Amino acid sequence: MSMAEAINEALRHEMRRNPDIVLLGQDIGPYGGTFGVYKGLHTEFGDGRVTDGPVAEAATTGIGIGLAMAGMPTVVEIEFIDFITLASDAIVNQAAKMRFSFGGQVSVPLVVRAPIVNKLGLGAQHSQSLEAWFMHVPGLRVVVPSNPADAKGLMLAALRDGNPVLFVEHVRLYPVKGEVPVEDVPIPIGRLRVAREGRDVTIATYSGMVRPCLEAAEEAAKEGMECEVLDLRTLNPLDREGLVASVARTGRLIVAHEACKTAGPGAEIAQSALEGAFDYLEAPIIRVAGADQPIPVGSLQDYVFPDKNRVLAAIREVMA
Amino acid sequence: MKNTPSQNELSGWYRTMCAIRFFEEHVIASYREGLFTGSTHPCICQEAIAVGCAAALEPGDPVFATYRGHGHAIAKGLELPPLMAEILCRETGCSKGRGGSMHLCDVGREFWGTNAILAAHVPIAAGMALANKKRGNGKVTAVFLGDGATSEGAFLETLHMVALWKIPLVIVCENNGYAISVPTHVGKSVEDIAQHAEGFGLASAVVDGNDPLLVHEAMARAVERARSGGGGTLLECKTVRWERHSAISAGKYDNEEEAMKWKKADPIPRFAARLTAEFGVSPVELEALAAEARAAADDALAFAKESPLPDPGEVDAYVYA
Repeated sequence: MSMAEAINEALRHEMRRNPDIVLLGQDIGPYGGTFGVYKGLHTEFGDGRVTDGPVAEAATTGIGIGLAMAGMPTVVEIEFIDFITLASDAIVNQAAKMRFSFGGQVSVPLVVRAPIVNKLGLGAQHSQSLEAWFMHVPGLRVVVPSNPADAKGLMLAALRDGNPVLFVEHVRLYPVKGEVPVEDVPIPIGRLRVAREGRDVTIATYSGMVRPCLEAAEEAAKEGMECEVLDLRTLNPLDREGLVASVARTGRLIVAHEACKTAGPGAEIAQSALEGAFDYLEAPIIRVAGADQPIPVGSLQDYVFPDKNRVLAAIREVMA
Repeated sequence: MKNTPSQNELSGWYRTMCAIRFFEEHVIASYREGLFTGSTHPCICQEAIAVGCAAALEPGDPVFATYRGHGHAIAKGLELPPLMAEILCRETGCSKGRGGSMHLCDVGREFWGTNAILAAHVPIAAGMALANKKRGNGKVTAVFLGDGATSEGAFLETLHMVALWKIPLVIVCENNGYAISVPTHVGKSVEDIAQHAEGFGLASAVVDGNDPLLVHEAMARAVERARSGGGGTLLECKTVRWERHSAISAGKYDNEEEAMKWKKADPIPRFAARLTAEFGVSPVELEALAAEARAAADDALAFAKESPLPDPGEVDAYVYA
């Protein structure tokens, strides 16, 4: 099953189980979503639960919050994560603050789905990885799955969490296939997955970079360097315990993500490792990240994103 | 539609308007005494809107308001002591002393909170109204906002979606003539805020916001339209602002000329005069009602002052569900 199908299955499963769940967005009805994630849901659940609306991210997200507060868990679709700027007040100032400011009287079971869409030649306004902004918002969960099984389990957890969740998907991962349990098994938010075990270097990564990191680890193994690849799965909460335990074992850390390097998720991840495992470190931590610049179109876009080769170079450097 | 209010009900309105006024006076004095920090945005001179609208709603109808929302909370039936305690940031406050003056909430009374980002609560209120429409329970949601907020995208996007989906939401704009320092004629392209509704195909009305009977009548029509499946309304209530935007605003409007404007328009003496002339409520009875309101506001302040501060060990108690 592909990751797009896994998310679709999670939504369908939970919508059958919980008749209050509503999906809002643009192009999510008969069209099935820009990337096909909603395929068949409109046919099964109808207009009332799979609701196409106008292109109005701010009001759509606000309406989603109101539905969620009223006890109808709502999934709001942001077609590209770049467009989330248009909904950011609703997410940051409203959804994430409401429970606290009202002394615990309300819950906001809102899931905002937003895919990272890059390397498709769509330019600076359609290629960003903006997850770091939202890690910085207490009250908001940030989930970043990398494979179909995790996407299903984490979506089930997100829909039942009771807190607002930003569910960051990745367009390159949608067609990637993998085994997905048919059972109803939510994956707890805030626990990383060891994607590959190794004794020499920890590589902490998530979403679209998990696979390049695994490939780099295979190459490195041929050179006698064993890497442990951590798929963080969620950025808020960050599984600091799991991260520190791994770094304490290996003594070396590389953090890899496509988001820009400056104030990217890697800064928080690296510092968390330093705070917990400083005494075990045998080499400086290396960040393999996106370039600090707007993303170009055409041939140039290959030069701003990290890839397997840059991760491999970092492994060699940290082991030197 | 609700029937014409009885003399008894009208007396209750008067008492509530007075309670809001005395409550706000205590809030301002408390702020000046340093009993709480931050700021506060009094609704002095706008009490008729809160009371007239609340009287047209059922207890089960959800209400959303803004930072200038103490009056809406009181009119919705929230008790004064926990409101004052919230403003003084005490554990006994309606939001457990975490939200303060701009984040009052009582979900049990369908008061879904006051909000400090202009117009951000308008789509949220629309979502609540949409949920109730889906449930078919006949509830009508009301959301209050100021004229300044009507230039925000969230407001205009929501007008469109309320019209498009026939959402049972009454959007009440309290037009007090100023967005902080910018007068409406400088900040708005239209004479009446209600004109914004027309382009979206949404019903609208304009009413004198300083007469609770007129407000009630217009609100009752809007509520009836929403309850009977006719969709939302943008109701503009023309009012006058108390001389300042907030307790910390620069004193630019703190002058005699502005003060005279609201004092002439003051809805409380206006309503008192109507109650005596048209509804046979004697000045003595009015005085007694005001005295009850005064006592309630005094008690609320005393309760708040005596209430404990929140436990620092519980500072992060409500961040996550």
